[in-house]
Amino acid sequence: MSLEEGGYAVFLGLLSFVCLLIAGKAVDPVMGFHAFLGAVFSAAGVFFIVKSYLDDKGALAPQEIDGKPNYNFGPVKFGTIAALFWGIAGFLVGVIIATQLAYPALNLDLPWTTFGRLRPLHTSAVIFAFGGNVLLATSFYVVQRTCRARMPGKITPWFIILGYNAFIVIAGTGYLFGATQGKEYAEPEWYADLWLTIVWVVYLLAFLATLWKRKEPHIYVANWFYLAFIVTIAMLHVVNNATIPVSIYGIKSYIVWAGVQDAMVQWWYGHNAVGFFLTAGFLAIMYYFVPKQANRPVYSYRLSIVHFWALIFLYIWAGPHHLHYTALPEWASTLGMTFSIMLWMPSWGGMINGLMTLSGAWDKLRTDPVLRMMVVSIAFYGMSTFEGPLMSVKAVNSLSHYTDWTIGHVHSGALGWVAYISFGAIYCLVPWLWNRKQLYSLKLVDWHFWVSTLGIVLYISAMWVAGIMQGLMWRAYTELGFLQYSFIETVEAMHPYYLIRALGGVLFLLGGLIMAYNIYMTIRFGEAEEAAGGRVSLAPAE
Amino acid sequence: MAQHDVDHVSGVTTTGHEWDGIKELNNPLPKWWLYLFYICIVWSFGYFLLYPAWPTLTGYTTGLLGYSQREAALNAVAEGAATRIAAGQGLLDAPLETIQNDPKLLEFAMANGKAAFGDNCAPCHGSGATGAKGYPNLQDDDWLWGGSLDTIHETLRVGIRSTHEETRISDMPAFGRDGLLERDQIKTVAAYVLSLSGLPAPEGADLAAGETLFVENCASCHGEKGEGMQEMGAPNLADAIWLYGSDEATVVETITNARRGVMPAWAGRLDPVTIKSLAVYVHALGGGA
Repeated sequence: MSLEEGGYAVFLGLLSFVCLLIAGKAVDPVMGFHAFLGAVFSAAGVFFIVKSYLDDKGALAPQEIDGKPNYNFGPVKFGTIAALFWGIAGFLVGVIIATQLAYPALNLDLPWTTFGRLRPLHTSAVIFAFGGNVLLATSFYVVQRTCRARMPGKITPWFIILGYNAFIVIAGTGYLFGATQGKEYAEPEWYADLWLTIVWVVYLLAFLATLWKRKEPHIYVANWFYLAFIVTIAMLHVVNNATIPVSIYGIKSYIVWAGVQDAMVQWWYGHNAVGFFLTAGFLAIMYYFVPKQANRPVYSYRLSIVHFWALIFLYIWAGPHHLHYTALPEWASTLGMTFSIMLWMPSWGGMINGLMTLSGAWDKLRTDPVLRMMVVSIAFYGMSTFEGPLMSVKAVNSLSHYTDWTIGHVHSGALGWVAYISFGAIYCLVPWLWNRKQLYSLKLVDWHFWVSTLGIVLYISAMWVAGIMQGLMWRAYTELGFLQYSFIETVEAMHPYYLIRALGGVLFLLGGLIMAYNIYMTIRFGEAEEAAGGRVSLAPAE
Repeated sequence: MAQHDVDHVSGVTTTGHEWDGIKELNNPLPKWWLYLFYICIVWSFGYFLLYPAWPTLTGYTTGLLGYSQREAALNAVAEGAATRIAAGQGLLDAPLETIQNDPKLLEFAMANGKAAFGDNCAPCHGSGATGAKGYPNLQDDDWLWGGSLDTIHETLRVGIRSTHEETRISDMPAFGRDGLLERDQIKTVAAYVLSLSGLPAPEGADLAAGETLFVENCASCHGEKGEGMQEMGAPNLADAIWLYGSDEATVVETITNARRGVMPAWAGRLDPVTIKSLAVYVHALGGGA
């Protein structure tokens, strides 16, 4: 048994034992359940490591076959399917909570189906489960192919992707049972955070090791973005989740930060989760999959360097714009706003590089719905990164803050940019990974595109109108100096827009289902690409 | 090392690198992009100069304009208050009837009352003031503690079963829970109570026995004919308006366990002018003498 296999086996074995101990002494049922789950997961890990050792007697997969790199695509396949699964689950929960906002009775008066618990389930499912699996899968794929090197380790890539999904399961079930530390987008409690930290550090090391092994003289721009994403998320995660558990046998913990400092740390985290998870990571996807699918060179190397470093440097300052007109000092608010304004062009650098890569290939938009999806995603990226700095301006923010305009803004980025570039990447990846000539049906991709685009348009325009109306109603005064509308009147006025929003969500979910069917048919019945001359390398030996 | 070859579509040279078939063109930064980037930076530095922006060891740079967000907010609040005070001049000292009869004062009181009602009263009484189960409808002319201007004002001020020292309080016994009446006695008296407002009594009910029980146990507060007594907060049982419901089960439940609805006292939470305005506003909804 290699040191790697032995190391993971011993670590997971010990972890399983510790989890069982905690499960036995747990002071609350959620901890009991989660520790038991942890014990089962790690024991399963040990089982598979031992089984794989017995199967192949510890033989390592060759680095190259016939002079071509023997890439490790197993974990990429897993991540792709997991992303599809979590994506649809997340969209579905989104539709449910959108409907709950229109009809509060749908909270059902049960603790685990209330909006308060389902909302983090939705956000985490789409951001971390769907988006996270897309990022893991594509980063494994892209870093190997652009380095012409197999990812190091036999167990490590699997440990990362399975460990990450175990975190998702722990986090998601925790929300339903009421385990939360009450920090937006960082709701999982201390033990889930600790586990994610371990997985993430292994991810960072594996990514760096692949770069280290590369056969190319230079590091491709997509890999800079992936690396920035991995490093920054590690830092944000650790600082924002600095908590002290009440007991290691219970779920409850207290954050070490207090008051406005906690708020500032939270939004430094929150904004850069947007900046480095949802922007840098997905720009990496764009930088590989758009030139690949368009079969054109990247527009400008210089622009990619300048906008990369400007983006990295400026994004990290922008968090305070989430806390305008609060207890946060005015100077901090100013810095958040001005750095957001300066961030506008660095963000657009990515858009220009993505769109201009199409020059000479625009005609492909007519015939290739996958490329069209990616191009529209870049357009949405440009729109959201213009809207973001606009909303960070204090005067605009005083109208938009706390309204559904923010929700509209987030979803034009999340649905239009993040989800669309992910869909595009998955449509590209599946035939490559499963050695298929093409997708089962481009017609269905077309349907997916139009149905979900209609969904996005309904969603964001409903939220723009609703949000701006809400903001204007809140600040309307009568001549005598009284508020013109009571709060409940503004809630009543939102109702029709909430219905339109829910309809938009249904269409987006429908698009996801069309995609899942298409992917299933491609994998199950797609015509295999002939081995000779195929662009896909040989499958790894596993 | 790859060649610095030329992309045949655009005629631009590449950087000579290639990754998995992807090349990069050697295009310069777009001019408009670069200039907009510079403009954003210059604008931001201008903003730093003019407004509070950078922390220092002991404070922060306050900016050349001397602008303070907090001050501006406080000024806006004061301005709003000044508008209201100017418009509502005289309301504080005027008796409630005077307010009702003076068009200017009335206009102000109704505007103030509507705004205050929406944010303070609507959560229980409904935005249309039509109430809900356990929360009285304010649009009808049926009042627990009186529907005159003064009694409404007093109810607003001290609340009902609130934490205020002078709170309005009425205390109907829980006849069943405290063992004052047997279960069948409660059913009997409930049937009689239903008959008071002309509702059909349940089948086989002994109304005569119910009347006796009513006179012995209920009439001291609710009156011989169930007409209620507003001084004590005892509801009228002879009208068609029911706070918790008029089906037999609900009435039995009320007699068994009693109800103790609570309304907060608004004195101390809302200013006296607003409470007065609310009294006028609520009276205008469905108030009587």
